Amino acid sequence: MLDQSYYDKTDEIIAVYGRKPSSLIPIMHDIQDTYRYLPGELLTYVAGQIGITEAKAYSVATFYENFSFEPKGKYVIKVCDGTACHVRKSTPVREYLCKELKLDDNKHTTDDLMFTVETVSCLGACGLAPALMVNDAVYSKMTPEKAADMLQDLRGREQKEQEGGSEE
Amino acid sequence: MGKIIIDGMEVEFTNEKNLLTIIKKAGIDIPTLCYIDELSTVGDCRMCTVEDDKGRMFASCSEEPRDGMVIFTNTRRLRKYRKLIIELLLAAHCQDCNTCSKNGDCRLQHMARRYGIMNVRFSDYRERLPQDHSSPSIIRDPNKCILCGNCVRVCEELEGIGAINFSKRGSEARVTPAFGKSIAETDCVGCGQCRVFCPTGAISIHHHRSWVWDALEDPELRVVAQVAPAVRVALGDAFEIPEGENVMGRIVNVLHRMGFDEVYDTTYGADLTIVEETKEFLERIESGKNLPLLTSCCPAWVKFVGEQFPEFIDNVSTCRSPQGMQSATVKEYFRDPANNPDGRKTVMVSIMPCTAKKMEKERENSYTRGEKDTDYVITSMELIEMITTSGIDFKNLDPEASDIPFGFGSGGGVIFGVSGGVTEAVLRNLTEGHSKEVLHNIVISGVRSDSAVREFTVNYKGTDLNICVVSGLAKARQIMEQVRSGEKKFHFIEVMACPGGCIMGGGQPIKIGRPHVQNRQEGIYRSDKMASVKKCGDNPMVLSLYGGFLKGKEHLLLHNSKFCAKNFR
Repeated sequence: MLDQSYYDKTDEIIAVYGRKPSSLIPIMHDIQDTYRYLPGELLTYVAGQIGITEAKAYSVATFYENFSFEPKGKYVIKVCDGTACHVRKSTPVREYLCKELKLDDNKHTTDDLMFTVETVSCLGACGLAPALMVNDAVYSKMTPEKAADMLQDLRGREQKEQEGGSEE
Repeated sequence: MGKIIIDGMEVEFTNEKNLLTIIKKAGIDIPTLCYIDELSTVGDCRMCTVEDDKGRMFASCSEEPRDGMVIFTNTRRLRKYRKLIIELLLAAHCQDCNTCSKNGDCRLQHMARRYGIMNVRFSDYRERLPQDHSSPSIIRDPNKCILCGNCVRVCEELEGIGAINFSKRGSEARVTPAFGKSIAETDCVGCGQCRVFCPTGAISIHHHRSWVWDALEDPELRVVAQVAPAVRVALGDAFEIPEGENVMGRIVNVLHRMGFDEVYDTTYGADLTIVEETKEFLERIESGKNLPLLTSCCPAWVKFVGEQFPEFIDNVSTCRSPQGMQSATVKEYFRDPANNPDGRKTVMVSIMPCTAKKMEKERENSYTRGEKDTDYVITSMELIEMITTSGIDFKNLDPEASDIPFGFGSGGGVIFGVSGGVTEAVLRNLTEGHSKEVLHNIVISGVRSDSAVREFTVNYKGTDLNICVVSGLAKARQIMEQVRSGEKKFHFIEVMACPGGCIMGGGQPIKIGRPHVQNRQEGIYRSDKMASVKKCGDNPMVLSLYGGFLKGKEHLLLHNSKFCAKNFR
């Protein structure tokens, strides 16, 4: 069961786009932006509010790779496996990340909800191949070694935050 | 308006909505898997693709007809194209045809034969998915699904429920309830229309034939059958009997030969329903309470009201359905040792056009004195399979009369099989006399028409009664929303979940399209004409029952003490 605050927040989001079937996708986006995933209970709730069936809402949500019913990590690492990145050896990068974070084809997020590793088709940054993104930042010309540095960097940043030191 | 050349033949058209309709009108059976006239057009299966004189290929279902078009429907290219589609569909389809309930009746199988597919070049790498047996009405086998989406559209567009939809995409696409739930966890009402429109065996009837065979072989049991009105005009379809012909006499004979001890007619139960429902209706008109009265014969509709319009629960008639009344009454009759000298246990087998009745019999209020009223519900399709198993030559059987005292029904009971029938039977009961003129006036009141929603007014002793007859739950939802908002006011609303009524039920032999509805409808109305008693309340067997053992038990046997729409106890 989700906390009431989730539903209150969802009501706010629905109010922005209006109670109509065509609001479904923007509402789902905002929910996912807020919670880093799309809780199934909220999808059912939204469907009822905007007047579509639960099955229809589920259909739309599962059609797009972007929506996730599983909580995602704080850092979502999108490893590009488009043609350019693939031929420039994106596979070892992804394999390194999965091994290091103990993830596999079925498990995409670490247990501490810190990292999620996804494979995407093309980031549109073919000139920087092999590329990956961590949340909104692009990392170019990656190798397993550079990926290791990147992880160390992210973990360091995280530790600092937890110790109370804020970078911002 | 204009002319189109189809395979060298000039064909005129007027306002047909798509090219496919014109091609069919020209006498060409263009192959389709996902096109259904009554539903929206999606152009998913591409089987109806045609070629024009410039070599362009397009799906005829989604093409607007234009004057001067030159179309080819059967070229080398098209045959190759269609063959490939079928091959790909077969590759992604579990091909256990021999053990499939749809074997011999499957549109995909039929297509494969039609296009001479002798070999499938591609193999299926997908994992076998589990079947869903959770619903008492239907079984879903995702491995047989070809993703035509007919079930999705029927559920949403005709029944207004939308229990299932597509999920994911590409090779992972499936038809499923939200979040991979089972059908029993959805708002599915069990009407079985998805099964009617499914081209393959992906949705089939949850069958219970073997239980009935077992009961028939048990000497300790008295196995009693009741046959619903709509079954008799559809069963013949499977035995080369003209469509719509009433084969009740042959059904009675075949059931006796299979070993049923008594064969009764649900028309009798329908008569009881009308007597009770008319009383209830008059009481409500007088008190002005709980109007409109909503009919309770259709279990899919009853579940729908309970879940979608719970504020109208008290409006639903407290009458049990004809199946419920018949079963409860028959079982009570045999509880009396005078009628059951050898003390055998009675097993009631209900033969229905309907998959939702399988659900109704499980409800808490389908029990009397702690005993289940109806033990087994088998659909027309299951009876057909049982007859075929028995080897009895159904077509050439002599007709037999059903057994008394519960085998005699009126014309008013028979017409329960069509949408509007319940209302017409109520109106007959409300009207004085039974002359031809009286009956004809009811017929022309508006109760019989081709439209899915019929609104009309009749006068009863100086009061205008607004009546609405609906078939298809999507239409029923619209009406109920208008009633809720106060936009429309009715005294009486009859709803049948299946478009056209029980004759087009989810358990019937599959026939799609207006002409078939008409054939079955006419069969029902002809049976009504042949009935000597037209009004349910005039049925002498019913009257003697009220004077006899039913006295004081009306509420126990014929009514639901509380509303209960859910499937299970």
